[in-house]
Amino acid sequence: MSDLLKTKLHSKHVALGAKMVPFAGYDMPVQYPMGVMKEHVHTREKAGLFDVSHMGQCFIFADDGTFETAAKALEKLVPADIQSLQPGQQRYSQFLNDEGGILDDLMISRLGFEGHTHKLYLVVNAGCKSDDFMHLATYMPPGITIDVADDTLSLIALQGPKAVDVLSQLNPAVKDLTFMTSIDLPLTPTIWCHVSRSGYTGEDGYEISVKHDDVEELTELLLKYDDVEMIGLGARDSLRLEAGLCLYGHDIDKNVSPIEAGLFWSIQKHRRSAEAGYKGAARVAADIADKSTKRLVGIQPEGRAPAREHTEIQDMDGNTIGEITSGGFGPTAGAPVAMGYVARKFTKAGTPVQLIVRGKPRAATVAKMPFAPHNYFRG
Amino acid sequence: MSVKYTEDHEWIKVDGDIGIVGISPYAAKALGDVVYVELPEIGREVAKGDEAAVVESVKAASEVYAPVGGEVTEVNEKLEDAPETVNASADGDGWFLKMKIADASELDALMDEAAYKTYCDGL
Repeated sequence: MSDLLKTKLHSKHVALGAKMVPFAGYDMPVQYPMGVMKEHVHTREKAGLFDVSHMGQCFIFADDGTFETAAKALEKLVPADIQSLQPGQQRYSQFLNDEGGILDDLMISRLGFEGHTHKLYLVVNAGCKSDDFMHLATYMPPGITIDVADDTLSLIALQGPKAVDVLSQLNPAVKDLTFMTSIDLPLTPTIWCHVSRSGYTGEDGYEISVKHDDVEELTELLLKYDDVEMIGLGARDSLRLEAGLCLYGHDIDKNVSPIEAGLFWSIQKHRRSAEAGYKGAARVAADIADKSTKRLVGIQPEGRAPAREHTEIQDMDGNTIGEITSGGFGPTAGAPVAMGYVARKFTKAGTPVQLIVRGKPRAATVAKMPFAPHNYFRG
Repeated sequence: MSVKYTEDHEWIKVDGDIGIVGISPYAAKALGDVVYVELPEIGREVAKGDEAAVVESVKAASEVYAPVGGEVTEVNEKLEDAPETVNASADGDGWFLKMKIADASELDALMDEAAYKTYCDGL
């Protein structure tokens, strides 16, 4: 265990009584004494504070000082339109390999702070970050700087309907942010942060990038509010699953394309043809044209038995049509929820399927996601 | 009525040749919020160590093993609608099943309460 990395909040988690587990090379809190179920519900009803400092943060900018040069360079590696990002705007996208398989999924923002609007800010998954940074280093052209911020920046997320009330007491300017936009501002007279109105729970809320030296002070400040509780990775997983959001290494990996993963929405219109020219663009275009591919769908098991990852999905005749990639109990849905890949002709919501749980077939239906409504603030 | 424990954290309360089986509060706490319990059919014959039930928390599924061999005579159907009872009362209302013990001598290999406590303290 001693070789596990620790975030700057590690001793705080331990002091709060968290159960720590290894995750992506870090010793991370999976739950606090409140427990996964209550932490989940607390986040949906009030505000949950997550330490996500294990995730990778980096900045990309061009030596010529223009946003266009940096945006064009990154557009070679991701399906999303980057050039059209306005200062402060954020997009979700994926790094693809040449075959169009997903290497990682990530958040990309154009900084909104005066004098820095030519810079891109990326947040990538903890488990993929060293490969991602190598990928960037390999494929970014000369004249582009990749500034990895893991040594300087922590990342925390405040999620839930009360997040706005709490954070706007520190700085009212955060109230005006809409979903998928960001701002750089001081949350206290001495703590400057990059704050985006985004997250991975399906709730309104913020992700706050803050200096390592300041993260504990900011965390303690936020925890003073009655509505705020620390939330572990266990509830983070059930929250994102109910929200229908993919988890890298489970629902998406290098063997699936963004189209198969249902991430078509994250690819802007003019980026959907092979001519877009980014890594994997040909596969994306082919998958859009070829309706025979498998698709990631929501699966609603009947009854109370959860269907876990790798559960076989069969059609009603007993033929294997796919596999569950994430599954568990949805505390807000009050029922088991899951997602998984099925052959294209079974993707319609309401299609009956069966899940093989402990050797026995159990009834389920293909379901529309999310399982819990998104509560994003769109202004 | 004596209570015996397994190293897998099942308990069995013995009353004559009937044993009531559940999981310990230690196990329930470690599992976290229980969201589903799968119980065996009544009449099923289980050998010591066989999977007798399944308990699922938000996080994962875990097996409940038969502490001794015997025939399942009753299951706690209340758990089907209220699986959280396992967390609230692991050593009481959260019992899983009753069984007719086939060979009482199998109980001898299990831990008594004091031994189980020592065992948990060492984990």
